[in-house]
Amino acid sequence: MSYYLRKLGFYLIALWAALTLNFIIPRLMPGNPVDILLAKLQQRGGVVDASTRQAYELLLGGDNSQPVLVQYAQYLLNVGRGDLGVSVSYFPAPVSEVIGSSLPWTIMLVGISTVLATIIGVTLGAIVGWKPGTWLDSLVPATTLLAAVPYFWLALILVYVFATTLKLFPSQGGYDVILDPGWNLEFISSAITYGFLPALTIVVASLGGWLLGMRNMMVSTLSEDYIVTAQAKGLRSGRILRTYAARNAVLPSVAGFAISLGFVVSGSIVTEQVFSYPGIGSKLLTAVTNNDYALMQGLFLYITLAVLGANFVVDLFYGIIDPRTRARS
Amino acid sequence: MTNIVQPAGVDTVDSTAQLAAIRGGGPRKSRSALRLMLPTPTPWLITGLTLIGGIALFGIVGPYFTMDPTEIRNIGLTGPSAEHILGTTQTGQDVFAQLALATRGSLEIGLIVGVLATVLSAIFGILGTYIGGFADEAFSLFSNVFLVIPGLPLVIVISGFVPPESRGLWTIAVVLAITSWAGSARVLRAQTLSIRSRDYVSASRVAGERAWRVIAVEILPNLLPVLASQFVFAVIAAILGEAGLSFLGLGASNSSTLGTMLFYAQNGFALPLGAWWWFGPPGLIIALFGMGLSLVNFSIDEIINPKLKNVRQHKKRTKVAAKAARRKERTR
Repeated sequence: MSYYLRKLGFYLIALWAALTLNFIIPRLMPGNPVDILLAKLQQRGGVVDASTRQAYELLLGGDNSQPVLVQYAQYLLNVGRGDLGVSVSYFPAPVSEVIGSSLPWTIMLVGISTVLATIIGVTLGAIVGWKPGTWLDSLVPATTLLAAVPYFWLALILVYVFATTLKLFPSQGGYDVILDPGWNLEFISSAITYGFLPALTIVVASLGGWLLGMRNMMVSTLSEDYIVTAQAKGLRSGRILRTYAARNAVLPSVAGFAISLGFVVSGSIVTEQVFSYPGIGSKLLTAVTNNDYALMQGLFLYITLAVLGANFVVDLFYGIIDPRTRARS
Repeated sequence: MTNIVQPAGVDTVDSTAQLAAIRGGGPRKSRSALRLMLPTPTPWLITGLTLIGGIALFGIVGPYFTMDPTEIRNIGLTGPSAEHILGTTQTGQDVFAQLALATRGSLEIGLIVGVLATVLSAIFGILGTYIGGFADEAFSLFSNVFLVIPGLPLVIVISGFVPPESRGLWTIAVVLAITSWAGSARVLRAQTLSIRSRDYVSASRVAGERAWRVIAVEILPNLLPVLASQFVFAVIAAILGEAGLSFLGLGASNSSTLGTMLFYAQNGFALPLGAWWWFGPPGLIIALFGMGLSLVNFSIDEIINPKLKNVRQHKKRTKVAAKAARRKERTR
């Protein structure tokens, strides 16, 4: 079986597992989410009839008239059609609409800052690991402090320094509220100003991990025979660094992307809450505090989908940069 | 730390002692062989152990000596003073006393989750790999799926469904452990795969040893440094995860951790009011404790990957050589 087919198969299984988790969790938990949800819906002026109840029971359980397997099949069918129910906290907007409006914010924020953190971290790690034992290298253990800093605490400190004290950047929101969202220069520059501190938080907090991993691999790679050979051939050290050492040392960092991304996504959810950023993370928390179970499930599904997608792309990329993975399978 | 690594050292001491004897070394060499399995006391390791020890001591002993952390006074939001070392909260509670209690809470949950996650990863990483065949494939697939499903969102969703009154310390600990074992299971699997095919493991299998004995006596000692490193990571991840969860107001009810402190600081408008003494210290404790653990992990890494150690020793040697050369220069 080819490498790509196997990867595709794996991510399909992971997707199925996520969908199933989404189906099982509310059914295993104590309490009756459907009743809470319908009560909330009624408070907001929604019409509660038998069909609404049935739709929610399909999502969250509580209906015992049908066998679980039938419920499961219907649930998968509904999700496949993109029908995730109606959000209570943003009534009467359907869940998919709420997610659609907040997803771009998070994808832009997390995407850009992850790419930046990866590039900066890997480059710094390669440079530091290239000359082990220098004063620069002895500073490396200090970066563990960065890796251990809680994202949201770093966000609080940045807000305190740059927004409250220096008043350089706004502390709340994703854009200036007097502007209408759209693709014009004014709005985009406003979004960049508002997004700077959240992005800085994610970059600084995730930089340390990349740097450390790259540095350690670089040190291991430098003792390989092919590096000695390259030096003996009299190649320029810049060329050895780039095409001999760094290229091989970066592989585990790419392979470990899944773990890193998990941390970044978790961190950014909490970071968004600090900045009241209009992304997925703060929506998830609104949903949790308002017992908006349908929105909660939908958001979890989309976050998982995005993470799986990103990992899939990285895995495909890994197959290209490391031919051995393709040859092995 | 020392306790964890020692059994592995005892196991290898015979063969290395023999090796040392062959090389012409006396009994002094065998002690250094044992020391090879123990982390070398680098300045960074000492810094790390000091940080861990200091913060752990603060969490264990601190709450007995500080004033009542819940006592409300009419001096809200005052800065650090002689009486209140870290100032007071909005309701006049002593921040230093709260910090001591919260540190204890965070360490507690870190330890519980660290142990649970390590046990889970050992079960899925070592057991499945040892059995091999279908079990290995299934366990490996299972941990890979858990690896790519984002942890904190799952934890948030689960905590959202559990009503606050039944959200105890153990519930949160179990949920955090369930979502954080997968990464280490994968590392353990890779290590077990290479150990399992070594001759002495095959020999003990052929000799008719039972599976649990092969795993516990032949395989596990070799994995101890890796397990120790994974445990340290699990503790950091758990403390960070719990802090995030509590900061969002989804942590264990009636618990007091560094995350809940930050939650109250955020909700008490510590940030716009500039009360840095309230929201600063809890995060700093988490960061410093995490840093201490990572620094210890550096030393464990050197045991797992001796290439990293070579670099430091090489550096030391060149330094010594340079010093000697300079001394020669001076005496000339």
